[in-house]
Amino acid sequence: MSERILYSYTGLFDTPDEIIGAASKTAEAGYTKFDVNTPYPVHGMDDAMKLPPSKLGYASLVFGLSGTIAAILLIVITTVVDYPNIIGGKPFFSLPAFIPIMFEITVLSASIATVVTMIIVFFKFPNNAHPMHDTDYMKAVSSSRYGVSIQADDKIFSEDQVKDFLNSIGAKDISPIYYDDEEINFKHNVLDLKFIGGLFLLAIIVSGTTYFALNKLMYMTPFNWMMEQDKAIVQSTSNFFEDGTNMRVPVEATIARNTKPYKFKNDPEGAAKFLVNPVPGNEKNLELGKKKFNIYCSPCHDNYGKGESRLRGQFPNPPSLHSQKLRDWSDGRIYHVIMEGQNVMPSYSSQINETERWAIINYVRALQRSLNAKESDLQ
Amino acid sequence: MSSVDYTKEYSVVEGSPRLSEIEDIIIRPLNVKPDKKFYMAISVTLTMLLIGVISLGVSFYYGTGMWGNNNPVGWGFPIVNFVFWVGIGHAGTLISAILFLFRQKWRNGIARFAEGMTIFAVMTAGIFPLIHVGRPWLAGYLFPYPNQHSLWVNFTSPLLWDVFAVSTYFTVSFIFWYVGLIPDFATMRDKTTNALKKVIYSVFSLGWRHSNRHWQNYEMVYLILAGFATPLVLSVHTIVSFDFAVSVLPGWHTTIFPPYFVAGAVFSGFAMVQNVLIFIRKIFDMEHIITLDTLEKMNKIMMLTGMLVGYAYAMEFFIAWYGGVEAEQFAFVNRAFGPYAWAYWIMVSCNVLSPQLFWFKKVRRTIPAMFAIAVFINVGMWFERFVITVTSLSRDFLPSSWGYYSPTLVDFGILIGSFGMFFTLLLLFTKTLPVVSIAEVKAVVDGAQPTHGDH
Ligand code: HEC
Repeated sequence: MSERILYSYTGLFDTPDEIIGAASKTAEAGYTKFDVNTPYPVHGMDDAMKLPPSKLGYASLVFGLSGTIAAILLIVITTVVDYPNIIGGKPFFSLPAFIPIMFEITVLSASIATVVTMIIVFFKFPNNAHPMHDTDYMKAVSSSRYGVSIQADDKIFSEDQVKDFLNSIGAKDISPIYYDDEEINFKHNVLDLKFIGGLFLLAIIVSGTTYFALNKLMYMTPFNWMMEQDKAIVQSTSNFFEDGTNMRVPVEATIARNTKPYKFKNDPEGAAKFLVNPVPGNEKNLELGKKKFNIYCSPCHDNYGKGESRLRGQFPNPPSLHSQKLRDWSDGRIYHVIMEGQNVMPSYSSQINETERWAIINYVRALQRSLNAKESDLQ
Repeated sequence: MSSVDYTKEYSVVEGSPRLSEIEDIIIRPLNVKPDKKFYMAISVTLTMLLIGVISLGVSFYYGTGMWGNNNPVGWGFPIVNFVFWVGIGHAGTLISAILFLFRQKWRNGIARFAEGMTIFAVMTAGIFPLIHVGRPWLAGYLFPYPNQHSLWVNFTSPLLWDVFAVSTYFTVSFIFWYVGLIPDFATMRDKTTNALKKVIYSVFSLGWRHSNRHWQNYEMVYLILAGFATPLVLSVHTIVSFDFAVSVLPGWHTTIFPPYFVAGAVFSGFAMVQNVLIFIRKIFDMEHIITLDTLEKMNKIMMLTGMLVGYAYAMEFFIAWYGGVEAEQFAFVNRAFGPYAWAYWIMVSCNVLSPQLFWFKKVRRTIPAMFAIAVFINVGMWFERFVITVTSLSRDFLPSSWGYYSPTLVDFGILIGSFGMFFTLLLLFTKTLPVVSIAEVKAVVDGAQPTHGDH
């Protein structure tokens, strides 16, 4: 099974001038599958070997331009189409401000792609199983000598002729290079237990660390999205304040802005007796009263105060506001109902401010008079 | 004055060593056990690194309130250090790419090392914007990906340009460095006797065979990469300067910033490369590969860029006066005579005055003298970034919101840590990879290139 196959014949030289001469002679002799190996690039070798110029420049042009286009598409799609934002009063498509990133992406993609193309497409690397590796020839050219290698699969290759040719151009240490057994018989074994075990272990480690990072680590200090902060959170126990709550009660007798304490709590008679309507019943105030009445009172009392609720029986219908009782009530007494509610009717003191309350009462009076006009109104 | 024959190209490697000697010298540090001096050096740098790590831990645990940053100076040490380290990186690319395009052969001896420094400096720099955001583990938000907020990054912001510029710069530098290393890995693979090293070198050499059919494409790629890296390196510090220049703050909003920053970056980078190379060539006996001539050339570049930077300082003042904007004029008077005058004058004396000594050939060629000057330059360049960042922020348009910034111990801890990280990486580099490009140096030894018949 271990048949050794000839790969190439090689010869070594000691000076750069010699190798240039040797290379051009080899090329002139008609060999095409030959190579020159030198520890560093020797100037003029490409001409001597008759190599066409490198085509890598085109690859890098193509990749660079694709990078530019990709960059501008990315920027335009994100900042012009998907989520336009006005920044510094500039148009959404402001090319000058896009140029830096377009440039960087161009350079990045061109550099990476050119190098990867060179390594994978042009060199067919990584390849550590080439027959030349680990030969004395390779060791020599890796360090300080210059070599020519003529491959066995060249059209005009024949062992004896090549040996003579190498001798004739003055090569030293002429030697053949063979494929080794291993290179010929090497087989990958994907189902190897060790390999599969390794994969398995890798999968466990990767998923474990990912799980840990995203579900545990991110909830520990200081990574916890600012969820723990040194501040008092409402409705949680405080170990700072004596009463154990974080919310603070205002000083006694503090009142909210634009409010007045109501003197007649639970005292409708007092309200009826002492409260005087300070808001004149002019057109402007009636207009305001109408507006507020329609918003706050009409759902139950209907637009005209007749008690024909729009709530369709979901809430007890109120009595009419046109009753004799109501017409006899003083403004202060109605005010008290708005402030404190009455039986099932809730208080409206927090929704409606003082002026509006009186304006509503003026409007209710106007409604009352529209149904039960006085003699004098007819004139 | 000795007469120099400018028609003849001088050899950049002294003493025409044989090719195999070159690789022996370059590879030797990788094969001998680290000596006592190495352990001493690395324990110092690791201690510095540890200080940095502890300071960072403190910063994250207690929050960024541990730093001096506060209103109105929100950009304290983190940004100063970021700009400083990115700048250090620039010399590497300049040496490896721009000098390559100019066919400066003397770069071959120092290119590998300078590129390594670029990579480490950019890594160090990268830490600072990350920590400056306060919660670096959320840095993924910097990249445009379809996220649950359905928000995109702002492509018109210099800060985002920075993200792209610095990450591109790092990637491209790294690729450039690795491409350069491939043939050297192959040489080491063929030379080593250690089985484990052989496997490692084989893997990284990708199976390189020194074939001329490969060299041809390889040289092409090297040229293309150099062509890309050249505008790239200029763009990186330009964009870093945009972080400042695109804002409207007096003292920042100037058009001179991009070239001024690039010159400053090259300036400080060369100083750092020179400092470290002085040790490397001595410790690893590479005095004939990294020659005194090479160091002298670097000193000349430092002198040039130092004067460019000095010109920029003067120009800033001139334009502030000539432009007639009151806030701008105040910003500059305040720089030179305000509460940070001490920092300003440290900067001027280190960056503008000290490199003037390089006019003397004697100074350019005396190791201790040039070492000291380069140290001054690095100090000065750090202060330059400090002056730019802090003075403008601390006193802007509204006197009622002025303030004085003073860094905390934690700030200094992180700064020390960044030096620790950089030098630790460098020390490990000297023991794991060839610090000088074997193939490139071989190519410029006397007699390495064919004479093509014109004897
Ligand atoms: C949720 C429905 C509802 C709304 C809204 C409502 N009320 Fe009433 N109102 C009632 C009911 C029910 C009663 C009868 C309460 C009772 O049984 O004494 C009532 C009673 C009254 C009375 C006393 C009538 C009487 O004969 O004793 C007055 C005055 C009054 N409402 C005024 C108002 C005003 C003014 C508003 C607007 C600010 C208003 N109501 C809004 C349901 C409502």
